[in-house]
Amino acid sequence: MDNLLSIITFTPALAALILAVFLRGDDEAAQRNAKWLALIATSATFLLSLILLFEFDPANTGFQFVEESPWVFGLTYKMGVDGISVLFVLLTTFLMPITIGACWTVEHRVKDYMIAFLVLETLMLGVFCALDMVLFYLFFEAGLIPMFLIIGIWGGANRIYAAFKFFLYTLLGSLLMLVAMIAMYVDAGTTDIPTLLNHQFSTGTIELFGFHIIGGLQVLLWLAFFASFAVKMPMWPVHTWLPDAHVQAPTAGSVVLAAILLKMGGYGFLRFSLPMFPVASDILAPLVFWMSAIAIVYTSLVALVQEDMKKLIAYSSVAHMGYVTMGIFAANQQGVDGAIFQMLSHGFISGALFLCVGVIYDRMHTREIDAYGGLVNRMPAYALIFMLFTMANVGLPGTSGFIGEFLTLVGIFQANTLVALVATSGVILSAGYALWLYRRVVFGDLIKESLKTISDITPRERALFAPLVAMTILLGVYPSLVTDIIGPSVADLLTQYSAAVEAFVPDTMHAATGHGG
Amino acid sequence: MEAIILFAPLVGAIICGFGWKFIGETAAMWVATGLLFLSAVLSWFAFLTFDGVTEQVQLFRWIESGSFVADWSIRMDRLTAIMLIVVTTVSSLVHLYSFGYMDHDPQWREGETYKPRFFAYLSFFTFTMLMLVTADNLLQMFFGWEGVGVASYLLIGFYWRKPSAGAAAMKAFIVNRVGDFGFLLGIFATYVLFDSVQFSVIFSEVSQMQDATLTFLWRDWPALELIAFLLFIGAMGKSAQLFLHTWLPDAMEGPTPVSALIHAATMVTAGVFLVCRMSPIMEFAPTAMTFVTFIGATTAFFAATVGLVQNDIKRVIAYSTCSQLGYMFVAAGVGVYSVAMFHLFTHAFFKAMLFLGAGSVIHAMHHEQDMRNYGALRKKIPYTFWAMMIGTLAITGVGIPLTGWIGFAGFASKDAVIESAFAGTNSMSMYAFWMLVIAALMTSFYSWRLMFLTFYGEARGDKHTHEHAHESPKVMLIPLGVLAVGAIFAGAIWYGSFFGKTNEVFKFFGGEYESPSVELAAEVADRSPKASELKYVMAGEPGDAGIYIAPENTTLHEAHYVPTWVKLSPFVSMVLGLLTAYLFYIHKPSLPKTFAEALWPVYNFIYNKWYFDEIYDAVFVRPSKAIGRFLWKWGDGATIDGGINGLAMGVIPFITKLAGRAQSGYLFHYAFAMVLGITILVTWMMIGGGAE
Repeated sequence: MDNLLSIITFTPALAALILAVFLRGDDEAAQRNAKWLALIATSATFLLSLILLFEFDPANTGFQFVEESPWVFGLTYKMGVDGISVLFVLLTTFLMPITIGACWTVEHRVKDYMIAFLVLETLMLGVFCALDMVLFYLFFEAGLIPMFLIIGIWGGANRIYAAFKFFLYTLLGSLLMLVAMIAMYVDAGTTDIPTLLNHQFSTGTIELFGFHIIGGLQVLLWLAFFASFAVKMPMWPVHTWLPDAHVQAPTAGSVVLAAILLKMGGYGFLRFSLPMFPVASDILAPLVFWMSAIAIVYTSLVALVQEDMKKLIAYSSVAHMGYVTMGIFAANQQGVDGAIFQMLSHGFISGALFLCVGVIYDRMHTREIDAYGGLVNRMPAYALIFMLFTMANVGLPGTSGFIGEFLTLVGIFQANTLVALVATSGVILSAGYALWLYRRVVFGDLIKESLKTISDITPRERALFAPLVAMTILLGVYPSLVTDIIGPSVADLLTQYSAAVEAFVPDTMHAATGHGG
Repeated sequence: MEAIILFAPLVGAIICGFGWKFIGETAAMWVATGLLFLSAVLSWFAFLTFDGVTEQVQLFRWIESGSFVADWSIRMDRLTAIMLIVVTTVSSLVHLYSFGYMDHDPQWREGETYKPRFFAYLSFFTFTMLMLVTADNLLQMFFGWEGVGVASYLLIGFYWRKPSAGAAAMKAFIVNRVGDFGFLLGIFATYVLFDSVQFSVIFSEVSQMQDATLTFLWRDWPALELIAFLLFIGAMGKSAQLFLHTWLPDAMEGPTPVSALIHAATMVTAGVFLVCRMSPIMEFAPTAMTFVTFIGATTAFFAATVGLVQNDIKRVIAYSTCSQLGYMFVAAGVGVYSVAMFHLFTHAFFKAMLFLGAGSVIHAMHHEQDMRNYGALRKKIPYTFWAMMIGTLAITGVGIPLTGWIGFAGFASKDAVIESAFAGTNSMSMYAFWMLVIAALMTSFYSWRLMFLTFYGEARGDKHTHEHAHESPKVMLIPLGVLAVGAIFAGAIWYGSFFGKTNEVFKFFGGEYESPSVELAAEVADRSPKASELKYVMAGEPGDAGIYIAPENTTLHEAHYVPTWVKLSPFVSMVLGLLTAYLFYIHKPSLPKTFAEALWPVYNFIYNKWYFDEIYDAVFVRPSKAIGRFLWKWGDGATIDGGINGLAMGVIPFITKLAGRAQSGYLFHYAFAMVLGITILVTWMMIGGGAE
């Protein structure tokens, strides 16, 4: 299978095409067929990606499964994965069947809904596999469209506002990235990512509007990419689209958004910012550190006072992404390992938490925390699952949530202890908002009349949670499954990074030594 | 064998928690209990046959990232062995006791299944506690540390219908997290300094790190002092020391067997264990140890004052626990870790017994916990009375003065703590000595107050309840009996091992010993002439034995030669406390009221627990919410969204127009055409490219 990656990437799109072309009507049978086809396609994609996992050689730090062929307008179609990206592919393929399963009760325009998710999967996989900058950009941007539609068509009452906020926010960020990519092409003469990874972008000080910019071109390019990825992550203070988007998105949409789409920003940092602009990363790391630390404290405090369950979890997502950005730019093994781990783990945990909200939303049609209370009386199985993921979200050792949080903190502690101190206070705050949510929703006596007949989770819902429970505990107890795969690639990345950083001497110092000589 | 001790409770928890539907409630509970007894028997075997050689068993890999490595593994030394028997013994007895106590719990409705869940939580707790004490690296210890926190959270909130239980559970977890915040920073600092979190590595390198510094926040600090201090913050949270103690009294919302197991005998002593475990670092961190002494002594005093006036029987014992933990920290703080462990060990027996006895009283009185409604129960529940009596004699430290060891368990260990404090050489040790002596007086007072109010005097409160007061079933009395044996004899039997001659103690903990240098002997003789016969100091490297005592640390030796009045002081305190209690509650029961009224400012102050809860609420809880609300409405809402919306002002009319279209579906088709176009293009190119 020479083009395994393409097959994996485009299987969902193929299924979408079949649905679009062949499936007619909107009766119950057609709806069922659409769902089943989507489920089969996403499951098949997952099985195919398992081959990828087993054939992948962690010791090889270069790109594997590389495919390259000429494409339109003199561009190149190039795909490949390394230790950093391969697990994101797995994360996506693993979560998509669960997402489809979470849509099972939708009745409005089911066929279109399935097509949207299938296309979205292809685009997300494309982002993680693309080895050509233009291809990456296309996948990255096109991914906005199906998500925009999922929120805008199947979302809640205020969906249009949320959809546009989401769309404009992320699109505006991306335009700067496009400009930067063009500049990179002009400078390096190629859009090939592996080549760009070895290209040294100029760090000579340049003067712009009277400012001396140390790190020059690298810093400018870094900032442009940062604008895009920071919005995607999202980092404070450009995070405000996320709570709105989550609140309005349907359950399955929230799952994909939190579990996979947010990871594109982090992946972008690892694929572009850190390795291609190491000097700029080093210079601007303090900015990222403080934005991350503020994000952790700020959004945790905001989460504490939320009255809408989804908003609370959305804010908690922003806080958790703060650990990721901090870990990446700590630029040491623990920090980057931890950041990748945190992204994967957050995929399972936040996905599961949004499913948890979905379960009771499906029954009660409200996300108001105050509308609940005492659910454990009638929903013991649900209470158990929700407890597990609440604890995982809080970063309890033994769950995957702990490993990422801990490693990123170890990483940042080596880089900046003050930031580490501020960020570590997140362990207190996260316990605060998460347990308070749980207490208000699940504990207490069942007093509210409307809840007296609520039913516990169905076998379908159990089946959705089971794989997430398994992964959360498995990765918490035996994280080497992940770190063995990402470790060598990360180590390689960091070796080159520190070489570049050490080699860099700002121009002003050149001048000084020049005088001395 | 260690692996069986460790994992039997986990297996029990899983079978009991998930399997009761298949094997039945009672069978599930017996499986959990049986597996714990297995653990306990093996633990005693391991303890009694322990040969002093530290053993390490790797189980499997856990976290590996660059040079950061932490495995799942077991470290078996004397310190672990002591904790193993404490944890498994109390836990198995509490399991047994719960058969009786949790039967027909009025908190639950007819037909509700709650017992297997309770037993599963208990067993799960035991498993995590064992993970904590057997850890061979800081991270696995942290796993156990947080694990017991969760188990405690689940058990405090066990009666989930009660809002107060939910609140108490949450408070316990969050306050503990404040401590964990320090613990985590301590782990980070340890890793940065030693490039490892493995105990064996840390201990073997610690003597080279004496002068190392570590940059933290704004300046360089002596590295070992910093680590010791940060780790101790973790210990303060778990062991409910002053400032982080507020969760412990509230934790009494949990069922009483939980209070006995978790909030008296085992989990709350984890902090003391941590300090003893890290003794190789603590020995090189004199300033941090002074702080430990100070906090321990102040807590012992503070908690005892609050205990004087509480009316809820469980809260009295809870504050007593808090206070006794302070004693243990003082012993550790002055560098006599063996005595800290000694008090931990004996305390586990008599405090578990006091709690289980209180549970038996509560059970007899139909879940009434207010002592003002007790009285004259001596004849109604004689076995419970005698158990509580033994517990009281043990905690107040009754014994024959000046013999050292002939007395109840608490006599031997508490006197050892007080003598160590007096002999201590850090600047807080004399403060600690006086605090502990005063606290001993108060301990005696509140313990006897509890006894007199409960078992003597007139029957008060609901008549009906008193008439139906009944002795507990055998499953509850047997554990009391076993613990009574411990509460009577544990001190006398192991006195020599924990607080005997220095060489005996070193040997017990698996350490070598040698003669001191001439200068050191002279220095000690100069400081305390009576203790001039310093014969042995600990030899070998830190980490060879279960605890490490630096050669310069001769407090253990000197504690044996304190003046006679010092040795008598806890006994005198005990007698004074007893007499006052007798005067107040037997001889002249109107006195307490007169006192409370005359000294009302003092009374209110201590009755309201020094207003810690109110202060924390005003300083931390409310402001957090207010800031959160402010950031949400003004930060996210007005500033960020406001700014961005302002930017997009021109775009909004455009949006509303588009919005209409999106709903009509145009946009949907338009967008999909675009996406499909890209997809088809790429696919075509790929196939075309492949054909070439």
